[in-house]
Amino acid sequence: MTPKKVRKSALRKPAAKAARRARAIPVKKARAAAGPAPRGEGLPLLRRLSEACGVSGDETAVREIIREALKGKIKTSKVDALGNLLVTCRTRGKPRMRVMVAAHMDEVGMVLMQAGSDGLWKFETVGGVNEQALPGKPVWIGKNRTPGVIGVKPVHLTEKDECEHPIKKDALTIDIGAKDKEGATAALKAGDRAAFATAFHAERGVILGKALDDRLGVAALIELALDPPPGIELVAAFTTQEEIGLRGAQVAAYALNPKAAFVLDTTPAADMPMWDGGENTAYNTKLGGGPAIYIFDRGTISDARLVRLLRDAAGKRGVPYQIRQPGSGGTDAGAIHLARAGIPSVSVSIPCRSLHGPVSTARLSDWRAVIALVRGALEDLGRRGLP
Amino acid sequence: MEVAFPAALCYDRKTMDDKALSEHLKTLLRAQGLSAFETPVRGLVAAAWKRTAPKQTVSRLGSLHALQPGTGRTPRPKILLAAHMDKIGLMVAQVTDGFCRFTEIGGLDPRILPGQPFTIHGREPVSAVVILPPAALLPPDRKAEAARLQDLWLDTGLPAAEAVRLIRIGDPVSFANQPVDLANGRISSPSLDDRAGVAALTVCLEELASRPHRWDVIAAATVQEEETLGGAATSAFALKPDLAVAVDVTFAAEPGLPEHKTFPIAGGPTIGIGPTVHPAMHRAFVQAADKAGIKYAREVMPSRSGTDADALQTTAEGIPTAVIGIPLRYMHSAVETVALEDVRQTGKLLAEMAAALDDKFLPDMKWE
Repeated sequence: MTPKKVRKSALRKPAAKAARRARAIPVKKARAAAGPAPRGEGLPLLRRLSEACGVSGDETAVREIIREALKGKIKTSKVDALGNLLVTCRTRGKPRMRVMVAAHMDEVGMVLMQAGSDGLWKFETVGGVNEQALPGKPVWIGKNRTPGVIGVKPVHLTEKDECEHPIKKDALTIDIGAKDKEGATAALKAGDRAAFATAFHAERGVILGKALDDRLGVAALIELALDPPPGIELVAAFTTQEEIGLRGAQVAAYALNPKAAFVLDTTPAADMPMWDGGENTAYNTKLGGGPAIYIFDRGTISDARLVRLLRDAAGKRGVPYQIRQPGSGGTDAGAIHLARAGIPSVSVSIPCRSLHGPVSTARLSDWRAVIALVRGALEDLGRRGLP
Repeated sequence: MEVAFPAALCYDRKTMDDKALSEHLKTLLRAQGLSAFETPVRGLVAAAWKRTAPKQTVSRLGSLHALQPGTGRTPRPKILLAAHMDKIGLMVAQVTDGFCRFTEIGGLDPRILPGQPFTIHGREPVSAVVILPPAALLPPDRKAEAARLQDLWLDTGLPAAEAVRLIRIGDPVSFANQPVDLANGRISSPSLDDRAGVAALTVCLEELASRPHRWDVIAAATVQEEETLGGAATSAFALKPDLAVAVDVTFAAEPGLPEHKTFPIAGGPTIGIGPTVHPAMHRAFVQAADKAGIKYAREVMPSRSGTDADALQTTAEGIPTAVIGIPLRYMHSAVETVALEDVRQTGKLLAEMAAALDDKFLPDMKWE
């Protein structure tokens, strides 16, 4: 099958089904604002990925969506011991080198700990959840996506000095409507994961949804895997447990043994105005500023050749980009670049606001530009090798 | 005022089972209508009450009144049953770089706002989420980490110019969450305070439609309770009822609350007692509940009731007033939770009490 045919069939069948699900959102408007339609299912696929629940260690639902999207359009795929989905893409001609592109499937969330006699569940967080965003949010729990809500104390019965302190996680419970402990444990059990229950929205080129970290990266990687650039053997690693220590990426990089690696992730855009209207010098990245190229974070010093490759690829193709402000944070690259005898690595992220909470915001244009930039860089890599 | 009557709401009374009541309540929950912006929800309430109380008026401030005439001799005494249809939310105070500063409509704990999705009712609806900036972007004198209203932004994700085109200072902002069905017939949603009370009035009107009652019964969906109680005060003045009842939500038991200030969820309505409530009104509700076998709790209100009753009581020369409460968890949040059976039982209790009112009730009434 030629790549062209792959694209067509990718658009047809699943897209029609997904489009029905997505009817509520003004897809057309968002598309018009953000340029040409992507090669895969685009927004409907993003919606499915965002609304799927895949708290670290429980990524199956996300993995199944990816497998379905790639079915029949790749060379091989396997699920390894940690649940990573490792995909070898189709090649055109004789590839110059094997290149790994990784995006993590997992998201931060909650896990049920113990049900009380009042029927309410105590829970713990998984990964770096924004704990200030927990009170008063709805969740989906377990395989059947049982609805629940994280309760809050009414403001009427809250003392003023209480309001000066953040609400403690341990004071919170998840309410599923159960009358007692028996009711709470009838359908759910300790260890079941809970994710924020957030409907995906895309309007006017803005995406609002949960788990954009890193379903935006996953969706971008699917786009690349469906139509891999010539000259390289693209191995797509959909990794697990990134949020709790880059565990999936570590073993995936070892198993795939690539010559170079790109990590597609999301990064905070702290680009809101300063409290006093002064200049915000700690914005990290800016929404709408294009793909964020990493030079340095707490886990990785990016390979300078790959950074240059990305800058050149962007310049040549007129793709906007920004350099993520060096500093704290990290991606799967932190584990990948240390695998085996070392793997030259770089991260490219979609800027997002409110990461690790119930609703993150991002721009479709940034997401599309990440795909265009990485595709371009991979093409250049296939043509000329590492600079 | 003319109102549209969506066909879906003109249900047959016989089909007002749990499913129909749940759907009716959810229709109200989905409707817009922040304090002073109640027009959208008023149309839906008017439609729902049209069959059982077709004689409807709208007050100067926007409250809806629906009359169900009694069978007694004219001039008949009348009882006003009031539930407020406005809801809490935010209001845009500034638009900068695609972000909005905001103030609250009704009381909100700012600590529940980070990560909360909202809809800004601008020139077109705009989705947004509340964001607490990192500490580096906040005033250095800020001691505690807790979110304060003045630190928070509504993030639209839009470019600056697009946000300015769509959003104006003063635009109302409502919780974006849709109602969620929990187990055991419990419903979680924003604005159950007090759309649950409005739905209870619907149940009451349905009950009274098929049983004789001597008094005129006026159901009112009041405006602006969350800010000024202005709807209740002005409607009571215009309608001059002989008795008045505020139907609102009350605190259901939940972790972190003192037991003596809460009531069991799914334990039936509460009947208020305290200075706001006329003792004879309290007795009448207790008798009605006992007679009909309706479970209830006695809610002590030491001072103010925090409901429309505080305004109803002191309107004009004063009105004998009662307060009926529907237990609700997580009040003034996006996940307020009620048991549907409490809504139904509240409606039934109101109907029982109203139907029991006879010609001697007023002459016999004493404050003791």
